[in-house]
Amino acid sequence: MFNIFDISGSAMNAQSVRLNTVASNLANADTVSSTPDQVYQAKHPIFSELLQEAGGKQGAAGVQVKEIVESTAPPLVRYEPNHPLADAQGNIYSPNINMVEEMANMMSASRSYQNNVEVFNTSKQLLMATLNLGR
Amino acid sequence: MASGIDNVFGIHEQALRLRAQRTELLASNLANADTPGYKAKDIDFEAALSSAMSGSGGQETALKTTSKGHIKNISGGDMDGWIKYRVPHQPALDGNTVESHVEQAAFARNAVEYQATLQFLGGKSRGLLQAIKGSE
Repeated sequence: MFNIFDISGSAMNAQSVRLNTVASNLANADTVSSTPDQVYQAKHPIFSELLQEAGGKQGAAGVQVKEIVESTAPPLVRYEPNHPLADAQGNIYSPNINMVEEMANMMSASRSYQNNVEVFNTSKQLLMATLNLGR
Repeated sequence: MASGIDNVFGIHEQALRLRAQRTELLASNLANADTPGYKAKDIDFEAALSSAMSGSGGQETALKTTSKGHIKNISGGDMDGWIKYRVPHQPALDGNTVESHVEQAAFARNAVEYQATLQFLGGKSRGLLQAIKGSE
């Protein structure tokens, strides 16, 4: 039963990485640059199952962030010749970040985080009750 | 009390262990609610409990010992052989079959049942203590 703290903890960790990437994506949504290569690309974490090394024979598994991939969406081109970062053609490039997708991602991550906190607390209560057994 | 003091907790001892393991499994389901390709798991509690009571392991782990030299299967009481994949109502496109509401309901129910088992165990041990000390 002590495994639950590892499992829920790993899930909270993974969800907070996800929240971090969302925050980073939203914060950089308006970061423009003068070449398409330097444009900020939206980052998304990839979750994978983390099987327990020891004592995990029950098939219970935590979560790990396997990698953080960058979006391959082409950057948006805006014609703003007066912009200080504009290139020779008068274009600036901004990241192709889907705000709706990011906000939905954020809500999903925070709900999942809450879920795991709930599991954590309930398990702690059950364990404390077990420790008080027979008193 | 001819049955001996080790039998005083009866079914509840195994039940508590199974419930604890099931809690882990359900926690793992909820933890992996966003993991692509993760399949939600649960145990067939009734079958696992009756197998734990009879002392044999799960279906897959129950090995027959036909010779004295064979090592006896010691996994009795574990739920290893009873883990089954949940049949999802609406599987996600990424292959994940965790449905948060189903898992939350199962987790809540399991937590209450765990507490019920704890109550039974507590009652038994209080009864024993009273029998040892005499009524006060």
